Amino acid sequence: MSTTVKTRVSLTVNGTAHEHDVEPRMLLVHYLRDTLGLTGTHVGCDTSQCGACTVHLDGRAVKSCTVLAASADGSTVTTIEGLRPHGQLHPLQEAFWQEHGLQCGFCTPGMIMTGVGLLRDNPTATEEEIRDGLGGNLCRCTGYHNIVRAVQAVVWQMAHTTEMPALVPGDVIPPESLPGGILSSPSGAEINVPNPKNR
Amino acid sequence: MSTTVTPPAGIERFTAAEDTANIDRLFGARVRRKEDPRFLTGRGQYTDDVRVTGTLHAAFVRSPHPHARIRNIDLTAAGAHPGVVAVYVGKDLADAGVNGIPVGWLLPGLKPSNHHAIAVDEVRYVGEAVAVIIADSAYAARDAAELAVVDYDPLPAVADAEQALAQGAPVVRDSAADNVSFRWEIGDSAATAAAFANATTVVRQRLVNQRLIPVAIEPRACLATYVRATDELTLWVTSQSPHVHRLIMGAFVLGVPEHKFRVISPDVGGGFGSKVFIYTEEVAVAWIARTLERPVRWTAERRESFMTDSHGRDHITDAEMAFDASGRIVGLRVKTLANLGAHLTLFAPAIPTYLYGTLLSGQYRIPAIHAQVTGVFTHTTPVDAYRGAGRPEACYLIERMVDLGARQLGLDPAELRRQNFIPPNAFPYLTPVALQYDSGNYEPALDRALAMADYKSFRAQQERLRQQGRYVGIGLSSYIEACGLAPSQVVGQLGSQAGLYESAIVRVYPTGKVTVFTGSHQQGQGHETTFAQIVGDRLGIGIDDVDIVHGDTGRVQFGMGTYGSRSGSVGGTAIALSLDKIVEKSKKIAAHMLEAAPEDIELTDGRFHVRGSPDRSKGFADISLAAYLAHSLPAGIEPGLEATSFFDPPNFTYPFGTHIAMVEVDADTGQVTLERYIAVDDVGNVINPMIVDGQLHGGIAQGVAQALWEGAEYDDNAQLLTGSLMNYGLPKAHQLPFFELDRTVTPSPVNPLGIKGVGEAGAIASPAAVANAVMDALSPFGIAHLDMPLTAPKVWQAIQKSREAGAKAGGSSATTGR
Repeated sequence: MSTTVKTRVSLTVNGTAHEHDVEPRMLLVHYLRDTLGLTGTHVGCDTSQCGACTVHLDGRAVKSCTVLAASADGSTVTTIEGLRPHGQLHPLQEAFWQEHGLQCGFCTPGMIMTGVGLLRDNPTATEEEIRDGLGGNLCRCTGYHNIVRAVQAVVWQMAHTTEMPALVPGDVIPPESLPGGILSSPSGAEINVPNPKNR
Repeated sequence: MSTTVTPPAGIERFTAAEDTANIDRLFGARVRRKEDPRFLTGRGQYTDDVRVTGTLHAAFVRSPHPHARIRNIDLTAAGAHPGVVAVYVGKDLADAGVNGIPVGWLLPGLKPSNHHAIAVDEVRYVGEAVAVIIADSAYAARDAAELAVVDYDPLPAVADAEQALAQGAPVVRDSAADNVSFRWEIGDSAATAAAFANATTVVRQRLVNQRLIPVAIEPRACLATYVRATDELTLWVTSQSPHVHRLIMGAFVLGVPEHKFRVISPDVGGGFGSKVFIYTEEVAVAWIARTLERPVRWTAERRESFMTDSHGRDHITDAEMAFDASGRIVGLRVKTLANLGAHLTLFAPAIPTYLYGTLLSGQYRIPAIHAQVTGVFTHTTPVDAYRGAGRPEACYLIERMVDLGARQLGLDPAELRRQNFIPPNAFPYLTPVALQYDSGNYEPALDRALAMADYKSFRAQQERLRQQGRYVGIGLSSYIEACGLAPSQVVGQLGSQAGLYESAIVRVYPTGKVTVFTGSHQQGQGHETTFAQIVGDRLGIGIDDVDIVHGDTGRVQFGMGTYGSRSGSVGGTAIALSLDKIVEKSKKIAAHMLEAAPEDIELTDGRFHVRGSPDRSKGFADISLAAYLAHSLPAGIEPGLEATSFFDPPNFTYPFGTHIAMVEVDADTGQVTLERYIAVDDVGNVINPMIVDGQLHGGIAQGVAQALWEGAEYDDNAQLLTGSLMNYGLPKAHQLPFFELDRTVTPSPVNPLGIKGVGEAGAIASPAAVANAVMDALSPFGIAHLDMPLTAPKVWQAIQKSREAGAKAGGSSATTGR
């Protein structure tokens, strides 16, 4: 291996604590993909435009190509793989499936992580607010039509908890778990939901 | 169980997917995609996700010059950088016998190019690779690439096709001193000249169909491994056609035996044509892995994608359309310069010829058409197929010319179209440009689109708004597409160096579960679902009992891949033909088990029963188990249940429709806002309406973006100015509205499923619809035509020019401003 200065980072990713020596310049997305093998977070550009690399860092949606692994030291990260325990789907994942909000699937993890962040900040987002909120994520397949609808579907579900449709066939999410249930991380406690007013 | 979802205000159809329990028939049902759970949870596997222990990383040193002689390349410092394992220049590969990448479509007199994996002696476009660094990490490889010292002798360069033809223009390739790769024509020039001589009205327009960059969100990538002991080379690559990759790379470029070379294209993150072709990096990485006997990978950075992914379009056209006194189109004459870039890639010669000139009749009965196309080399990135590939250029030309004709004749553009449509009783219809349209019925799609747009009310409202100084416009595009590429014998005569059939193996297991091996592939179209629907529909089994395998030459029989909207109509039909064979054999086995005649066996809801006796029946799994147990099979029937088919259709298919765009132009800023977009398409029979709608959404977005925002720009020195997502106008969510779709259904007679194809329709129709709408909005300013993209500065300048001219002439309220 090439000899370079290394720095020690400790992160909790999807509920598991990790500690590694990394190059100080290593990007968080490369740490997730190459060191941890979490390849669900994608790289689609080198100018922070496409948003395919979006993850949650201490509860906020960030582009992991624009964060150094070293500067994420001590943080809690949630990637698409950790949004729900394996085999289960977050309501927004379910809505993307139901509304055909993905085609090639490459932008999808970033879209969903951004979408969950958007819904957390603004659970009653209008179409315009959703479109603006997705401005940092590019999709070349869908024309955004069904992506916007998928986010709208969850907005609508959160506003109509008494008429809550089955999000997973045979598995109705209880209304009392919403909206917190929709927006919480798999382990519940690890994500520190920021107050949007403090932004 | 699902409960009904009441849609929010303004959303007319909210729940896209249907509950499979409520579906009568799988073919035509809006079922959720089988492939989605892996994509939704980050478990998709794209090429860059494949991990092999001990992999080395490649970084390419690329030319900053569009044209230069390479005097010297000094890789001493790069080679000494920590972590670097090897460095190579173009000569290393050429000396080892690595050939240039051949062109796959030949035209008479074509001047081909020799596209080396790494440039030798001369570079011909910005971004062309001149060396490659192999290191133990991607970071180290990139660091070392920065240390390469290349001594260039910069030479004059030309980016524009028209300028490349001028006397004294810089020469791209010595084999084509005039920079002309080919001259091609179609149609009857004498008959067309006569039609123009007799015409009462002729409209003429120079049209630029600007260069586009595909920008699949997944960058191109490859990973190669080689095992000396077995002589097996494996290449994972972002390809739409892995078998074609293997054939060309193995047999023509690397000299690797086909049976020892496996090409795997796992999940492909969008391609839109750009991932059909054999790229230089893939050749280099495969050769280096074989040479070093170590795994080697490369993944494009986005800036590399902009410079090296094949581009699309880039036509400069002089078009003339002739009309008689009643408004009938009597002739069309076209002269096009097609910019091919510095090298000819796989299908490059076919795109501006057989996929363009042959489409120039559109939906119209035009008695005489003549088109000349000149393919021109320039010092730019190679140009090849991008979503639509030739057909968007044809559609834009025809639909712009029809609108210009309507304006000159003072006729309504919708009615001028209607008047010139090929009538429904004229099919199959032979155009003057060599195609025979399979089926069509154009007026219902036009009528439905006009009704959805409330066209008459819009016109009235438009007039009122103009009085208030607001400029709205409506634009139509009645398009035709030739897809389902298609008859091998025909394309062979036209210059294709490959057939265009598709293959399918349907393998039924003893328990009645099914795996389909398709020679097609997918890059987001959802074939794992739609193909499973074909199988489930025919055999009466659920789609969860069917898996679709594609994209791996080690698992799948030879096939042609996915492009040209062909996977459903050609690949899907190959599956259907294999299913016919499965059903036929199953009926014989069922007849034997039920002691009946095979001709008396019917298949209903997944059960084989004796006609008239529904209770005398066997399930599909009973048959498959009997086929594999083979304890008691009818005489002459082999054990097992599996069928192979290759489908070579007798013709292309011809989807059609009418799209309508409604825009508002802010006259003070030139900003165009797309207010509504209506599309009525006829893609023949539909396997999954949800997926078909999705294909249209994406295609429309790409075409709208061509009309309004996107365009690859080179400066006068052939430097690419739009080399990143910061300066190339890829649309974002807030720039687009919801699209309003509907369909008419005219089944294709070309294949037994009646499918036409949908992958490209949206991108073909939409640029003209939007451009026509903007020109309609700008008509009070006397602006008849502006070239795409219709950006705010361009529109604003045109309005200013018109206002200044109007002020001088003491003109109308529109031209003098509000």
